[in-house]
Amino acid sequence: MRLIKEKTSIDFLSPNRRKVALTFSVLFVIVSIASLATRGLEFGIDFTGGILLEVGYEQSANLEEIRTDLGSAGYNDAQVQRFGADEVVLVRLPPQEGDVDEIRDRLTATLTASGQGAELRRVEFVSPQVGAELAESGALATVFALMMIFVYVMVRFQWKFSAGAVAALVHDAIVTVGFFSIFGFPFDLTVVAAVLAVIGYSLNDTVVAFDRIRENFFALRGVSAEESMNISINEMLARTLITGLTTLLVLIALLVLGGESIAPFSIALIVGVIIGTYSSIYTASATALALNVNAQDLIEPIKDPSLIDDLP
Amino acid sequence: MNKYPAWLNMLVLAILLAGCLLALPNIYGSVPAVQIADNGGVAYTQERLDDFVALVEEGGVTPEVAYLQDGRAVLRFDSGTNLAPIDEQLRDRYDRVASIAQTLTPKLPEWIRDLGLSPMSLGLDLRGGVYVLLEVDMAKAVQSRLELYQQDLNDRLRAEGIRNRVDLNGDLINVRLTTATELERARAEVSRADPDLLIVDGADGKSLQVRMSDAQIQARRDFAIDQNVTTLRNRVNQLGVAEPLVQRQGEDRIVLQLPGVDDPNKVDEIITATATIEFRMVDLSGDEPGSRRYQGRGSEPSQILKRRIVASGDQIVDASAGFSEGKPIVSISLDGAGGESMLDNTMNNLGKPMSTVFIESHREEIRVGDRMETRDYVTEEIVSTATIQGVFKDKFQISGLTPGEASSLALLLRAGALAAPVYKIDQRTIGPSLGQDNIDRGFNAIKIGFLAVIVFMAIYYRSFGMIANAALLSNLVFIVAMLSFLQASLTLPGIAGIVLTVGMAVDANVLIFERIREELSAGQTPQSAIHSGYEKALSSIADANITTLIAAVVLFGVGTGPIKGFAITLMLGIITSMFTAIVGTRVIVNLLYGGRKLTSLPV
Repeated sequence: MRLIKEKTSIDFLSPNRRKVALTFSVLFVIVSIASLATRGLEFGIDFTGGILLEVGYEQSANLEEIRTDLGSAGYNDAQVQRFGADEVVLVRLPPQEGDVDEIRDRLTATLTASGQGAELRRVEFVSPQVGAELAESGALATVFALMMIFVYVMVRFQWKFSAGAVAALVHDAIVTVGFFSIFGFPFDLTVVAAVLAVIGYSLNDTVVAFDRIRENFFALRGVSAEESMNISINEMLARTLITGLTTLLVLIALLVLGGESIAPFSIALIVGVIIGTYSSIYTASATALALNVNAQDLIEPIKDPSLIDDLP
Repeated sequence: MNKYPAWLNMLVLAILLAGCLLALPNIYGSVPAVQIADNGGVAYTQERLDDFVALVEEGGVTPEVAYLQDGRAVLRFDSGTNLAPIDEQLRDRYDRVASIAQTLTPKLPEWIRDLGLSPMSLGLDLRGGVYVLLEVDMAKAVQSRLELYQQDLNDRLRAEGIRNRVDLNGDLINVRLTTATELERARAEVSRADPDLLIVDGADGKSLQVRMSDAQIQARRDFAIDQNVTTLRNRVNQLGVAEPLVQRQGEDRIVLQLPGVDDPNKVDEIITATATIEFRMVDLSGDEPGSRRYQGRGSEPSQILKRRIVASGDQIVDASAGFSEGKPIVSISLDGAGGESMLDNTMNNLGKPMSTVFIESHREEIRVGDRMETRDYVTEEIVSTATIQGVFKDKFQISGLTPGEASSLALLLRAGALAAPVYKIDQRTIGPSLGQDNIDRGFNAIKIGFLAVIVFMAIYYRSFGMIANAALLSNLVFIVAMLSFLQASLTLPGIAGIVLTVGMAVDANVLIFERIREELSAGQTPQSAIHSGYEKALSSIADANITTLIAAVVLFGVGTGPIKGFAITLMLGIITSMFTAIVGTRVIVNLLYGGRKLTSLPV
């Protein structure tokens, strides 16, 4: 069976299409950055610090009543929302004044006294200080991963490919995070993990394409770099789509079955895999092409001239 | 062509069997059990185990099996057994010497236990429990050491007949003398107290400024955190938690993981409590230098107490709560030095009053403008003042507490004092029902995701797809095997990592199979298509996996808790999938098609 016909020859990298793709990519990135700048992210308490309670009720929970109860206990700034099911409620509070243990006891007492048969499923308290540290280490991890990847691709290929790969990865990371900003999905630590996994996945795609490009640069003599890259992308198209498809299959299973707390993670990966597939075709190769990559770039320069004498 | 030597096939088979063996402990369910560990860390013998079993059997319940594991005794019961009476029975007899914990334990047959194999350890988000990240107040740890120096220097100089006044100013100890002539003797005395102290002459020629060296401060900080870890471990043992984790993290943090604890109230007070006691003499004249007024608790009158501490909480070796004349008391045993000091004091001060001071510190969050800041409070209250009626040494009782306070103070004193206060900066409690939900959902996602990929591969690549599926299944087995072997905690994000691996692991096979198709359509024979398909896809597969591995390793390096779990399964998945997808499938392909005359390939 074949997903697409055996030999495709889609002109992915014609100057016109590249322009269209570039416009789209730039647009995506600008919209993402604009949203991040104006709307920001719906940070979870992992980053902001605060208190989170997941409460299970026997029947569908009455949110109004819970809000009133919390309000009369002095917690007017509590966010109350359903979490996955009608019987499950998530209560979020910004960092509070006073002793942590006392606050938790008071919240627990308030929620369980409501007569709705509440059971505390999860209580999280994160101090703002830890939140700031987690945010910092998350950002640091992303930057560090990108740097390591740049170096690896440079060693394995060449800096123009590195630049292409990292451009694609930065693009993917920004658009994925931007997606969370635009739709206001909760952004927690697992999403940072997902963004790093997206970087890994997208790179996977890009490197596989680069590998074929390198092979074809040498195999197809007298063919322009653009044409040679185009042929490579076409040859790898079936693989790119199939791997994307199997990955999306499992991620959709995770999104549907994995429960609410892992949902942001699944969403980030689904968005990232789609964007990553697109970017490994367009952004990565187009950037390398824009930097005038050619077969010469991949020929190892002979550093020690004495070696030449030994050649037959 | 495409034949592997027999030894290679056998090796792959052996690795697969080893993987199955390591993964095997995971298929047995869990049953209730009681774990008993010696508080002194001594490994139990078979005889002690028999004692425990005999005691439990007296109560009318027979353990399904009893065995020793890492020096601990494990009594396993049939599922549905109510552990509460058994726990109580053991506690009655062994409370002071052993830590007794109710838990769930995997129902492993004896031969698997003998091999030392165990199932994957589940993270707190899957089994329920309490996670606490504590920050050790290092400033206070150093401060308390400075105070000790202050008192020590003062005592030493006075013992030498040098009139002095020793003050503490920040991290500087100021030793002021009345005459400059005694400066050299004072300097010698300070050096004798601790040769590492840094001494600078004061500007007035009759004072010394003493500070701790950087090495001393670092040593003090290390001591404080290590001491705190030990103390917290003791306290947790007293609580009866199975498989607790108490670990230093970085410079000034301690992580606690208490699986199976669903009520954080049970652990809260015990963990962060800095409650301790000090014994001080009442300053009847009220004007001795360094004396100050302490408030009384409740109806207890306030007193002016002397600066000198007769004995303090860290000198207490044992404490137990009880009642005397209907009032709650704590019976105290002091160590050698504390006992000497108390003996000395009671001999010299017969008929004079001595106070017991209860000290507790806690931290609160305060809103300052739009920022949250923390502020620390220390409460020092006199719980009782009594006249010294007779000479005593290392065993006595204190009163003036509520029953609850008496029992938790006894526990705290028994477990040792914290060298510096600790504050919670991150606490997560996951109830057992949510943990089970997370497991169910996670495994459901793996099952369905796995099924979807298998069906797709079988349809798309036919026979070769089935070979890839066999590799995918053994990949799952290997991930489980490695997780069990490494005893790395499986978390919900960890399960997500497995799910993601399932989707991405077939990539290697997709690369190989697509390459084989290309070679076939380029006119190669089936045999050489297989050969060059595997050969040429290899560098792509390696590059692709190494780059993902880089991201996973970075994530492992900076991630905490559950995120580390994701990084671990992702890393393991990448490594095992390389083996199964490249070597594993090749073995099957070679066995099925190698060396045969083929006109086409079912790919």
